[in-house]
Amino acid sequence: MTSVPLTLRRPRRPAGSTARRRRRTGGMLVLVAWLCGIAFFLPVAWMVLTSFHSETDAATNPPSVGAGLTLDGYREFFGAGSGISPWPPLINSLTASVASTLLVLALAVPAAYALSIKPVRKWSDVLFFFLSTKMLPLVAGLLPVYLIAQNTGMLDSIWLLVILYTSMNLPIAVWMMRSFLAEVPVEMLEAASTDGAGLHTTLTRIVAPVAMPGIAATALISFIFSWNELLFARVLTGIVAGTSPVFLTSFVTSQGLFLAKVCAAATVISLPVLIAGFAAQDKLVQGLSLGAVK
Amino acid sequence: MPTQTAERTRPVEAVVPASGRQAARARRAQRTKDWARRAPLLPALVFLIIVTQLPFLATVVISFIRWNALAPDNRGFAAFDNYKAVFTDHAMRSSVLTTVLLTVTVVLVSLLLGLGLALLLDRGFRGRGIVRTLLITPFLVVPVASALLWKHALYNTSYGLLNGVLTWIWGLFGSDNPPQPDWMTDSPLAAVEVSLIWQWTPFMMLILLAGLQSRPTDAVEAARMDGASPFDIFRCLTLPHLRRYLELAALLGTIYVVQNFDAVFTITSGGLGTANLPYTIYQTFYQAHDYGRASAQGVIVVLCSLLVATFALRTVSSLLREEVTR
Repeated sequence: MTSVPLTLRRPRRPAGSTARRRRRTGGMLVLVAWLCGIAFFLPVAWMVLTSFHSETDAATNPPSVGAGLTLDGYREFFGAGSGISPWPPLINSLTASVASTLLVLALAVPAAYALSIKPVRKWSDVLFFFLSTKMLPLVAGLLPVYLIAQNTGMLDSIWLLVILYTSMNLPIAVWMMRSFLAEVPVEMLEAASTDGAGLHTTLTRIVAPVAMPGIAATALISFIFSWNELLFARVLTGIVAGTSPVFLTSFVTSQGLFLAKVCAAATVISLPVLIAGFAAQDKLVQGLSLGAVK
Repeated sequence: MPTQTAERTRPVEAVVPASGRQAARARRAQRTKDWARRAPLLPALVFLIIVTQLPFLATVVISFIRWNALAPDNRGFAAFDNYKAVFTDHAMRSSVLTTVLLTVTVVLVSLLLGLGLALLLDRGFRGRGIVRTLLITPFLVVPVASALLWKHALYNTSYGLLNGVLTWIWGLFGSDNPPQPDWMTDSPLAAVEVSLIWQWTPFMMLILLAGLQSRPTDAVEAARMDGASPFDIFRCLTLPHLRRYLELAALLGTIYVVQNFDAVFTITSGGLGTANLPYTIYQTFYQAHDYGRASAQGVIVVLCSLLVATFALRTVSSLLREEVTR
């Protein structure tokens, strides 16, 4: 940053030294970027490292970074010691996230199609309505949902979560999808219709290829938010339909603290989202920007 | 859609004879066409109205009822009693303040940090992909897991990493009397905020990075040729281009941080002045079982959100304006 006033004051300095200086500040900035990246990653690295330590090595001060590695934390988590299996909550989470993501796509894609490719009159009002539902705090509708679920026997059912997660992610999904579909050039659609292409052909041959990255990004965001949700899951599920985040919270309070085991649990439960997110990070960047603004 | 192409030719013929019967048919065709356009929207619309709006209406109704699940016999019309109770409740007022403080701090700081990181990552350098992967990791960790991580593995006084590092540094200088602050007790709100900033900065960075990468490069090149300093380029070219992305990141961040439950619930359990609105409602409903009062709280929160949302939506409508012409 110090280079800024210097260039302003002396614009006619020899070209060679400017280039050298720019290279040096550039190198500094790269270093800063690397340090920031490591700093942000450090807590996660610490979580993973701790998960491979024994309980005694995990709880030391100063930290024992170089202590021997063990799988005990994971063995504990998968129920070797306590007999509480993490599989039902993991499967519940997977069911709820995948099912609601599919439902979100099934509802959002046609809606976004209507809003972008064949704009409906007053369409921006409809879009605002979608977004405004996202701004109503979810917690304000929780009690009636709870009472209805209690009276209809839907309490502690994973399908109730599927419906709620769908409503939670649908507005953002429509919002993102609409922009992706708006990327489809109108000329291409007109050309297709002159050539006599039907709805099916238009959708599969012209719209889908352009919109696919957007659909992927939307699905990923929807999956992440469903997988992560805690409040609804905590209030509306119990023994049968509890999801991973609920399992994680009960896990700590009911058994005192075992740091290595908690870290192992946190790692395992975060893993699906981490893998999906790393694999599709380009789509994520693209999806967030296009879906958002373009 | 096949019907639509057929209809597109029909009105032309209809104009020529201009008989009443054909005008009616044209009108009917137009109506079918309008519905064909709206039809794909309807499932999503109906679904959202049923799942989000109807429960809210029920919340409004319950907010006027005296209803505590622990006292099932004492149930009846309460008029504005629940609202009166909420407004005179000290805890409720402080949780409003906490929510505002928490949201503003987290959104602003993570937006600024995210902007800085996005600018750093916008330059091409070796290993940029790795740095980006490292940076987005906090956003991908399950929020409950990250809250547990901060609470137990980092903040903990006796074996957390933060105090552990202090011990280690002090040990390097031969001191066995390092400072061991109790992070969560000394500054509970800051403890929650730091963990949320850590979690949301990557999200802000992703949006802003995408914004930077969509910036037209020729204008920047031209400015650089004309001798503009990097700071001038940032102020006059990059920032105006990023404005919409900044607004959007702030809007989405606010939507999610206002409703935060996980961090408050896990790190402090709402203690020490960290209870925000969602947590307070959760407590009234789930622990105190006071359904009437919880509903009144919910209605008030929604009214406040609508107030904020009106401003936010005005911002978003400026985002959309350019597009409406499409």
